[in-house]
Amino acid sequence: MIGVNKKGEVWIFAEQHNGQLEETPLELMSKGRHLADTLGVKLAAVVLGDNVKNMVKKLIQYGSDKVYVVENPLLEHYQTNSYTKVIHDLIHKYEPQIVLYGATVTGRDLAPRVASATKAGLTADCTDLQIGNHEISKGNKVYENLLFQVRPAFGGNIIATIINYDRWPQMATVREGVMPMPVPDTKRNGEIIEEQADISQIDLPLEILKEHKQAKKVDLKAERVVVAGGAGVGSKENFQLIWDLANSLGGAAGATRAAVDLGFIDHDHQVGQTGTTVRPSLYIAVGISGAIQHQAGMSDSQKIIAVNNDPEAPIFNVAHYKIIGDLNDVLPKMIKAVKEKI
Amino acid sequence: MAYNCVVLVKQVPDTKRITGQAMNEDGTVNRAALPAIFNPEDLNALELALEIKDKFGGKVTVMTMGLPTASEVLRESLYRGADETILITDRGCAASDTLSTSYIISRGVEKHDYDIVLCGRQAIDGDTAQVGPQLAEKLGITQITYVEKLEDLSDGNITAKRSIGNGFQQVKCKLPVLLTVVGEANEPRVAASKKMMKYKKAFSPAEIIAQVKAENTNADEKTINNLAERKIKLLEKRGLLIKQWDLNFLKADLQWCGRNGSPTKVHRIQSIVLAAKESKDVEPTELGISGMIHELIIDKTIA
Repeated sequence: MIGVNKKGEVWIFAEQHNGQLEETPLELMSKGRHLADTLGVKLAAVVLGDNVKNMVKKLIQYGSDKVYVVENPLLEHYQTNSYTKVIHDLIHKYEPQIVLYGATVTGRDLAPRVASATKAGLTADCTDLQIGNHEISKGNKVYENLLFQVRPAFGGNIIATIINYDRWPQMATVREGVMPMPVPDTKRNGEIIEEQADISQIDLPLEILKEHKQAKKVDLKAERVVVAGGAGVGSKENFQLIWDLANSLGGAAGATRAAVDLGFIDHDHQVGQTGTTVRPSLYIAVGISGAIQHQAGMSDSQKIIAVNNDPEAPIFNVAHYKIIGDLNDVLPKMIKAVKEKI
Repeated sequence: MAYNCVVLVKQVPDTKRITGQAMNEDGTVNRAALPAIFNPEDLNALELALEIKDKFGGKVTVMTMGLPTASEVLRESLYRGADETILITDRGCAASDTLSTSYIISRGVEKHDYDIVLCGRQAIDGDTAQVGPQLAEKLGITQITYVEKLEDLSDGNITAKRSIGNGFQQVKCKLPVLLTVVGEANEPRVAASKKMMKYKKAFSPAEIIAQVKAENTNADEKTINNLAERKIKLLEKRGLLIKQWDLNFLKADLQWCGRNGSPTKVHRIQSIVLAAKESKDVEPTELGISGMIHELIIDKTIA
């Protein structure tokens, strides 16, 4: 652990695999930039690997003032222990006040191990980060300019704001897709700081025998229109209507967890807390009751149409257009109207 | 060769059934008002340990930290085939975040001879997935998170398939190891009725004291303690005692436990309020729907 260091920088762990930067740390740059500016400190990216210097430019264009680069052949493939050791050492050397990680599988494997080694706090899967003051009523103490780590808890039924006022750095993992990707600025300049990794073969206890990656079949985040179906769609056959409407609008098909669990559609299409967070121009929710877990992934859509035969369905609370009716009746009419107008 | 497994489990509120009454006025969650269940992915971890025991032999120890009521998930573990169960309970554990929880649990796990420590990937009340990796760090052992399948266990080595989100990895390492197990890993077995008949009479000392108190409302403390002690000894003899450890027994350093040991604190808790938006009712007729589509084209929502 390190003490409170108000001059400390804001760090983002720039996760990369096989020379490719992950999207989540880039998404984090816009929020990180805002936090650093509010605190009046520098924003730095930390990148580990073998031959990763070519990523520095991109990290600076996306908003970092500094990039810490640790190159070592032993860091070529991510391993929990080696990466933990390097980040732990860097934290102790530079004492950043905030360290952020994407809540990817790697981020969620690494960050808790770093937190334990550093004896620092960590908040998982944040959906927002802010700077604010925390007041303790007993003793009238005010802790100023802390990192507010905002996250859903209890299955998304509550929103908790977590702070860490004494044992720093303040660390959090941030959910994929919740922060808008910054627009790169090719004119930005930044500083590169090269560091050595104090690691050996002992820090690589795993032997990676095989790795198989598949490209996601669908990237809902990038879609302008998402037509999503829930358990109320009733069957895989009925789900064809969701596909048809999505196709007529040039959009993609989405689904609730219930619809995925029922086998109507593949998990890649899941919207919500355990799926993808989307904010398209138009979101059409069909046969979706509107559980909080689902709303967490779609309520920021610019326009929402809800189709449900239950007038009491909570999804209507977030909808701009409410259609109470049977989807087998309503959807063909929508497809027809779209085909006539476009 | 036999392998000893320690499985960490958690009793969690069933977060699918949270209502307004389950919240205290200060915004904290009133766990007593919620149905408590065995954390789903911890059942997958237990199942994997039992499969290892079925195939290779060895012992399955199940451990939890929580209130005495958490003895229930330990009984459920016994119904499924666990050999030994341990409840870590102490007022000093209250308000522990993941860091102090992993410290306290590590003190308990260190008391065992283990080859494999298993946890569910995450618990449904917090969804943090942090205690597993933090426990591995405290124990100083290798971790394999997001385990989907155990592929091989031989010559002191383990090979496992783990999810990496958009694919999988097959990894191998030396034992001891800590695994966090995902829900896709297996189909947890149901309780065996014979074991259920036997172990429904298994209790932790804290539960026994509460029972004796309830049965002897007028007795003084000494009498209650004597009665409870006799009952505890009897259960132990019959193999029905759920072991109970406190922080003193674990020789835990109190500066790393509970509220003091937790760097993260709650600043604020808000219940989700569904925001009502300005909305239009659309008639489910051709005219109504075509009007809506027309509006969306005019305001450039759809191109």
